[in-house]
Amino acid sequence: MAFVQNFPFFCIILTLFSGPLSSILSGKAARRLNLMVITLVGAMNTAVLAFVLKNGTYYVYKMGHFPAPWGNEIRVGVLEAVMAVFFCLIMLLSMLGGMREREQEIEESKQNLYYIMVNLLLSSLLALVYTNDLFTAYVFVEINTISACGLIMIKQNGRTIVAATRYMIMSLLGSGMLLLGICFLYGITGQLLMSNIQESVSKIHLSGVYDTPLIVALGLMSVGLAVKSALFPFHGWLPDAYGYSTVSSAAILSSLVSKGYIFLLLKIFYRVVGFGIVRESKVIHVLFVFGILGMIIGSVDAIRANSIRRMIAYSSVAQIGYIYMGFGLGTTAGVLASVFHIISHAAAKSLLFVSASGITDASGDSTDFFDLTGAGYRNKVAGVAFTAGALSMVGFPMFSGFISKIMFAQAAVGHAHKMLPTLIALAISTILNTVYFLKTVIRIYTPARREEAKEKQYQTITMRQQPAKAAALICFIILNLILGLFSQPIVNWLEQGLRMFA
Amino acid sequence: MSRKIPEQQYEKTISYRFRQWLDGTKDPFLGTVEMKPQKEFHEDDTAVEKRKEEKKEIFARVFDTEHNAELRIFRKLYRLFSVLFCIGLVFVLLTGVSHLPPFGNADNPVNNEVPQRYIENGLQETGAVNIVTGMILDYRAFDTLGESHVLFVATCTVLILLRIDKKKGRNSIEEREANDRIYEPKNDIILQTVAKLLVPPIMIFGIYVILCGHLGPGGGFSGGAVIGAGLILYLNAFGFAKTEQFFTAKTYKWMSFGALACYALAKSYSFYTGANDIHSIIPLGTPGAILSSGLILLLNICVGIVVAGTMYTFYVMFRKGGY
Repeated sequence: MAFVQNFPFFCIILTLFSGPLSSILSGKAARRLNLMVITLVGAMNTAVLAFVLKNGTYYVYKMGHFPAPWGNEIRVGVLEAVMAVFFCLIMLLSMLGGMREREQEIEESKQNLYYIMVNLLLSSLLALVYTNDLFTAYVFVEINTISACGLIMIKQNGRTIVAATRYMIMSLLGSGMLLLGICFLYGITGQLLMSNIQESVSKIHLSGVYDTPLIVALGLMSVGLAVKSALFPFHGWLPDAYGYSTVSSAAILSSLVSKGYIFLLLKIFYRVVGFGIVRESKVIHVLFVFGILGMIIGSVDAIRANSIRRMIAYSSVAQIGYIYMGFGLGTTAGVLASVFHIISHAAAKSLLFVSASGITDASGDSTDFFDLTGAGYRNKVAGVAFTAGALSMVGFPMFSGFISKIMFAQAAVGHAHKMLPTLIALAISTILNTVYFLKTVIRIYTPARREEAKEKQYQTITMRQQPAKAAALICFIILNLILGLFSQPIVNWLEQGLRMFA
Repeated sequence: MSRKIPEQQYEKTISYRFRQWLDGTKDPFLGTVEMKPQKEFHEDDTAVEKRKEEKKEIFARVFDTEHNAELRIFRKLYRLFSVLFCIGLVFVLLTGVSHLPPFGNADNPVNNEVPQRYIENGLQETGAVNIVTGMILDYRAFDTLGESHVLFVATCTVLILLRIDKKKGRNSIEEREANDRIYEPKNDIILQTVAKLLVPPIMIFGIYVILCGHLGPGGGFSGGAVIGAGLILYLNAFGFAKTEQFFTAKTYKWMSFGALACYALAKSYSFYTGANDIHSIIPLGTPGAILSSGLILLLNICVGIVVAGTMYTFYVMFRKGGY
């Protein structure tokens, strides 16, 4: 066994270990440790990606002395490695971009608790990505949920506490349904290892004895994970949680936490139940319908939102809708488009959150649209970054959003029943996206009247004043451009990964 | 044959005092225990009215109920849909359960090669007499590693929410310390006497349950819970002044870090050797002996420390927001 093959396990243990380690460190030391750990883990995952790409096949890593159905194991393929690399990259940039806000908004003595949460969150995301055992996935879903609550409420005011409570209630409902689904599956197959479950599920499906519990389990797991990833109509907790928490929390929650759950659902569809059986069941039609509703209603809500943070948060509902719509198409092309959209939305949405915080910094910390007038001139990097993120979201060519939209459209073409609804929903949603994003872009580039700017004492912010945020924003823009301009190799990796995923 | 004794002498006997206590004519604890009768909570009608008005007004102002038709419809539909959702979920779950294989049947899918190996080879492969412990701490130790971190992250979240850090002003730590016992009797003799008798056996029992987790029923989770309960009882009887002598925020910090680091390091070694097929140097020992079954004893102690610390921390955080 090559030494590189140990890296996924090292990544999980290292991030897990750095959680308790942060608890005995001061806030500053914990921050340094956190940045170091994320960078190191990202580098290790890149090495793993290079290794699996060279080998051209997945490998199984045994966690302990006992082989799989008795012990735990993790399984590493191209798709998993690509996801892990992107998760690390986006988390690193989000942490850099929100550094100043965190120091202002979180009590001095509780700073290190924030880094405990982030480290454990990263560890749970990596474990969700790599694990090949359904129960291990559930354990790390628990860590993910609790630390996400902590991330929301660490900026302590009434709004965030209400938001965290709502998030906790909805998220625990989702966890409970996922656990019930796992119990049902265990009851009828007697296995917890994903590949083994699939074997016995296909046997059960042929014999037709336990068809009802199988459908119930599939439904419970899909709905549970849909609640946790804020698919319409379960998105009630989302705008508050993303809109009022500190910037890096909002970026991490919207671009990583919900994506981790979607990736787990993809794993359940492909590796646990088998995509053929999922396609035969009616579950994907339900996901398709709610995905399309989410795309439109999320965008309408975003247009009506009166603060920039809440607008970006509502736009997440729409984008999550896109991903579920891709699953709902039930074809490999649709799933491929969804997987690409997971990455492209993560890159664009965290860019938007971080740049929005730069814009509000230059507008007297107000998130109200009226106060943002001319903010693009006062904070140039944030203005450019916001424009880039908005163009990416709208689907402007050269940016990542364009590629994912064209992939969705291509996947829909030729589909027997779902072609027309998909294309119409894509068109409507794109127009609505344009309305609210370009409205904001025009607003921040409309010069403010001089007397008004003087009266409200807006500050001009240069790159020197916030070097970490400026660097993070520039990296985010480059990431979006790379995803948009050089998408073919990444799409090829994802395709290869999806083939070895099942 | 009966014996007549004078009344004064009779009044001193135990049986007379017991009878008095039964009748309720004399209270033996009178004068020895600090007693504070609880005041009944009275709220006059005007205050109740005012409170209700205020609540209504806040609601109206925050949500603008008069003009907010969306919210009005939402509140009506919300009730309807929550009832429908619950009924639907109950129906789905009951249908699903009724089609599951019968409980306890020998031919069920769950009785396959997985539990068979746990039961037949568990003792040789893990060295633990208690198969369940061998399963959670050796076969599936990765899950338990995650599970102990769930407890840790839960404590950290409670710390974020409830820990009151030193601030000058109205809610300073000192003032809270003084106010801590307003609602509870101080130095309750009954509680202190019982705690003096019970806490040592509880602690010893907890330690026993942890240490013998691989030999019989028990383990880190249950033993840690017992120790945590013992600590809470001790705190209730003797107050924070006593517990601070041996358990502060610093103690908890280092204890939980030590336990989790120990677990992670020990298991990393075992995962690494297992996955790379390197011979592990950890001996399994003789099954049944206290020092046996490889790493399980160490892991049980780690889990026990984390669980006890978590329980105690939850309690002190909810009680006053600090150790």
